[in-house]
Amino acid sequence: MSPATISSLIVLAALVLCPFFLSGFTVFQLNLMLIYAIAIMGLNLLTGFNGQFSLGHGAFYAIGAYTAAILMDQYEISYVWTLPVAGVICFVSGFLFGLPALRLEGVYLALATFALAVATPQMLKLSLFEHWTGGVQGIVILKPDAPFGLPLSQDQWLYFFTLAVGLLLYWAARNLVSSRSGRAMMAIRDNPLAARSMGVNVALYKSLAFGVSALYTGMAGALGAIVIQFVAPDSFTFVLSVALLVGLVVGGVGWLPGAIIGGAFIVFVPNIAEEISKGLSGAMYGVMLILLIYVMPTGAGGLIRTVTDRLKRR
Amino acid sequence: MMNNIKRLGGVGAAVGFSIIAFTAAAQENGVTDDTIKIGLVQPFSGPASAYSQIAYTNEAYFKMINDNGGVCGRQIELITYDDGYSPPKTVEQTRKLVESDGVFLIFNGLGTPTNSAIHKYMNAKQVPQLFVATGASKFGDPENFPWTMGWQPNYIAEGKIYARYILENHPDSKIGILYQNDDYGKDYINGLRAGFGEKADSMIVMEQPYEVADPTVDSQIINLKASGADVFLNIATPKFAAQAIKKAAEISWDAVHIVNSVSNSVGSVLKPAGFENAVGLISANYGKDPQDPQWEGDAGLKKWSDFMDKYYPDGDKTSSFTVYGYGVTQTLEYVLKSSCDNLTREGVMKAAASIKDFETDTALPGIKINTSETDFYPIEQMQLMKFNGERWELFGGVIDGSSATN
Repeated sequence: MSPATISSLIVLAALVLCPFFLSGFTVFQLNLMLIYAIAIMGLNLLTGFNGQFSLGHGAFYAIGAYTAAILMDQYEISYVWTLPVAGVICFVSGFLFGLPALRLEGVYLALATFALAVATPQMLKLSLFEHWTGGVQGIVILKPDAPFGLPLSQDQWLYFFTLAVGLLLYWAARNLVSSRSGRAMMAIRDNPLAARSMGVNVALYKSLAFGVSALYTGMAGALGAIVIQFVAPDSFTFVLSVALLVGLVVGGVGWLPGAIIGGAFIVFVPNIAEEISKGLSGAMYGVMLILLIYVMPTGAGGLIRTVTDRLKRR
Repeated sequence: MMNNIKRLGGVGAAVGFSIIAFTAAAQENGVTDDTIKIGLVQPFSGPASAYSQIAYTNEAYFKMINDNGGVCGRQIELITYDDGYSPPKTVEQTRKLVESDGVFLIFNGLGTPTNSAIHKYMNAKQVPQLFVATGASKFGDPENFPWTMGWQPNYIAEGKIYARYILENHPDSKIGILYQNDDYGKDYINGLRAGFGEKADSMIVMEQPYEVADPTVDSQIINLKASGADVFLNIATPKFAAQAIKKAAEISWDAVHIVNSVSNSVGSVLKPAGFENAVGLISANYGKDPQDPQWEGDAGLKKWSDFMDKYYPDGDKTSSFTVYGYGVTQTLEYVLKSSCDNLTREGVMKAAASIKDFETDTALPGIKINTSETDFYPIEQMQLMKFNGERWELFGGVIDGSSATN
């Protein structure tokens, strides 16, 4: 086995084992970390592998969360089946948003997606949709118990459920990236003109990348709604989109396993900042982010690559 | 592919192995022989961080209690966390307090969406969610949520109080309302409509909503003036209320202007809006304004002032937040003291639901806290006041907005 395989097995074993040794609350935090990791993975497929920027992934996260909440609340559908539905709805909305976004590059695309993120909380409050979304009140949903009489608490069960979904999505993402389509996506990122002359349908691939990316983030949103048991417009402000982008950069753009480091950053670093100083927690968070980017300018992925390269050379 | 199969095998083995190792974490209820652990989640950062003065006042008050020997012979240990006014973060921090820190109760959480997010959780866990810092009416529902209680007058009650004032003093007026498009704004509208009764539809000529994310409310104010309304109900949070006061003066809309109690702070609303623009403003209050000279020599406010000097010298003595924080913590102290014989979570909820005519140091004379098993709204009375260009002047008597008087 290669060192990379061994280290991923160690990480996986740690992820599987830790819920049994930690309190319910910490399991819940780790669950949130996994959920954000899935969302970051989606963003990574778009930004890291296809070169399109998005400041609006919080919107797809919200769509996924609301899909799950509405299906569970109004139609009493099992939480398990809300995930594929949320995925499909987000894929379609991501694909459709990707079409007009084709005309936009770089910062202009970032700005268009930013608009999406800003508009989302207000759209969710519209009285037009209030019948489904519950308006500003949001929707409260019930937390599922572990099935088949498994001796797991709700938190542990949901953690394993999220972990299973996350592993499945990670496996799919890895296969996608190393497939022909993945190479086409990366070719578009590196040089759209060359990709086109090689016969890659740039428009189609870019829109598809948007769709797949939204699918990942939407499924993360659905999981988030199930775990938090509550959705409200104020949960999906612009701050969420920025947090996902920060997680992506910290984890490493274009490196899929980095998502888990990014997820951990989103969940734990604000808490650490608060421990240091309550009044200045925002500033502390900023300082830590700057230090981190200074120490590892290409994210955790870049740092790990540099370290392993040095070790090999010795 | 081989790699993946190996990995999945590993997952299976690990799950099987570790189920055996599973043990349930022990529950503790946060009270020992010499301490009571209390948890508090408020926005120390983010858009609502101005409210953190309340949390600092709570903290200072608990310090005072401890210096004076504690309650029920126990010291209070307060644990505070920041949620940045984001509901998912509130859930995380509250669960940390309940499950990891093992607090006895959660006190004075701030905000409607944030408290909504933990409402069901607290009641499922049967941990008191006492005196939430929001006037949303849904936090006084003993039948479905027996572990949750508000403190300040709920927005429906306040809406009724304004309706009563208008019916008595401006019965033929046309009313225009600016409101925040959420639970908070809609509660006021419900209270107003309940207060006006049958006359609601004929009296209210326009309702203009705004979103928290809107940059200004200028266009709403222009629309309201154009509707011909001569009574303006300003149901907005501080920033927007200040904008509305300024804009209404700018376009010289001379209506009877009522601003809701959420935004009647002299320092953070009327000052930025301009005192000259705020003359004649009407609002309601249940607490004493430390800047009002009529309270000079008032015993209750003196106690508050001494407390501020000693325990929270950095605090703003002109802000209503510190007065609020003092009053609400004093009420908790009273409730804890009256449950000394039965210092359990049930005992505290029972004490909180049987307060009789309790007056805090900072409440206006005549405003009494009353609760019962079916009434989870501690304060339901207010007195109206008018801004004279420098400070608020109380007028009229205490008006009751409780549901019983409807």
